[in-house]
Amino acid sequence: MKFPKILLALAAAATLFSSTARADALEDIVKSGVLKVAVPQDFPPFGSVTSDLKPQGLDIDVATLIAKKMGVKIELVPVTSANRVPYLQTKKVDLIISSLGKNPEREKVIAFSDAYAPFYNGVFGGADQKVSSAADLAGKTVGVTRGAVEDLELTKIAPASATIKRYEDNNGTISAFLSGQVQLVATGNVVAAAIIAKHPPKKPETKFLIKNSPCSIGLNKDEPKLLDKVNAILAQTKKDGELNALSVKWLGLPLPANL
Amino acid sequence: MSYHFDFLAPFDYPAVLIKGVLVTIELIAIGGVLGVAVGIFGAWARTQGPRWLRPLVSAYVELIRNTPFLIQLFFIFFGLPGIGLQIGEMEAAVLAMVINLGAYSCEIIRAGIAAVARGQVEAGLSLAMTRMQIFRHVILPPALQKIWPALSSQVVIVMLGSAVCSQIAVEELAYAANFIQGRNFRSFESYLLSTAIYLLLAIGLRQLLRLIGDRLFGRPAAKEAT
Repeated sequence: MKFPKILLALAAAATLFSSTARADALEDIVKSGVLKVAVPQDFPPFGSVTSDLKPQGLDIDVATLIAKKMGVKIELVPVTSANRVPYLQTKKVDLIISSLGKNPEREKVIAFSDAYAPFYNGVFGGADQKVSSAADLAGKTVGVTRGAVEDLELTKIAPASATIKRYEDNNGTISAFLSGQVQLVATGNVVAAAIIAKHPPKKPETKFLIKNSPCSIGLNKDEPKLLDKVNAILAQTKKDGELNALSVKWLGLPLPANL
Repeated sequence: MSYHFDFLAPFDYPAVLIKGVLVTIELIAIGGVLGVAVGIFGAWARTQGPRWLRPLVSAYVELIRNTPFLIQLFFIFFGLPGIGLQIGEMEAAVLAMVINLGAYSCEIIRAGIAAVARGQVEAGLSLAMTRMQIFRHVILPPALQKIWPALSSQVVIVMLGSAVCSQIAVEELAYAANFIQGRNFRSFESYLLSTAIYLLLAIGLRQLLRLIGDRLFGRPAAKEAT
């Protein structure tokens, strides 16, 4: 393909002009009628692909929900956890909905909405287990994956009379709980979701949190209108239960009250 | 190469390490004795036992000798609860070791029994000994004496194999090595130390078994073993 140089120059000037002249991201999205969202495709239950290669997951559903509330079409852009922030910074996407947690390093470069999904490590167990804090673990046995964050934290905070059974990997921990070898497990809510998906006789409930890093939607800095709009949609969908329904669908657990 | 060795690192968790050694010793002490007992019973059943029992023991021996120990262990610990048989990890580990050693030692001991001269059995019969007396006094002692070195090796193999019990959270020596490595990421030092301890345990166990052989069969057994 050969373009006359003048056309190329014109095209370059046009793109430059349009980006400097942009009013704000929200206006652009509404004008173009498309919301571009970075979503994971390798991190179930947040994002994966079905056998017919369609994206599915909590993040995909949340992205679709937000586009619907904005009244625009959704365009899903699959990203990895390493390139999701660069995709946003280079404006290839408008939002990141990719199980992204807030932390000081990330807050230097991008802005975060309110939380939309829980992401935490905690102690889980059946309804018959009366545990609500680390101290309640006295005399009890907890299964955990050796060397995981939960293991290191629990070893610090559990009372001396608690027994910690350390399994080689998450599958060992899940199997130990499913087979009733342990009544309590310390793990991430995503692993707990995997246990719930197996329909165990004792459905694991969250007993207490060890480390909490809920998922937020990432967006570019200095876009207050877009941020307000996203937060308003999240607040509304939390209130009317739509977000909660997605959490139950994909994570097996309702949204924590304080999210 | 900028790896700085720190050979004191594995001793960061002395309690875990000591417990690991003790649990490994406990596993092989119980598993070894009961396993050999099962092996003797199995060998008796396959050679002298009632006709209906022989195919059952053969099936048991073939099943265990042709499947991995790790799978047997997982089946007992994770699988059996599915049909309501809930046992703790220590019991599961010992049970798996007994079943495993029982099958292997059954075959080893059966070989020893096969090597006992027919004439000795006939001599026992001519003295009007019962079948049980003949097995206990005429067949078993020389049979065990002949295969004692092979049996000792099998017991050592099972002790070393007990390392996989760490997979079901039995806090034995391999678990201790994994635990320490998972905390301070000193893989080289942790696994080198556990290797050295396993080596010492294995040598110690061999010496112990040789002493037991000497006591049971007199000096010649020891000479054959070396």
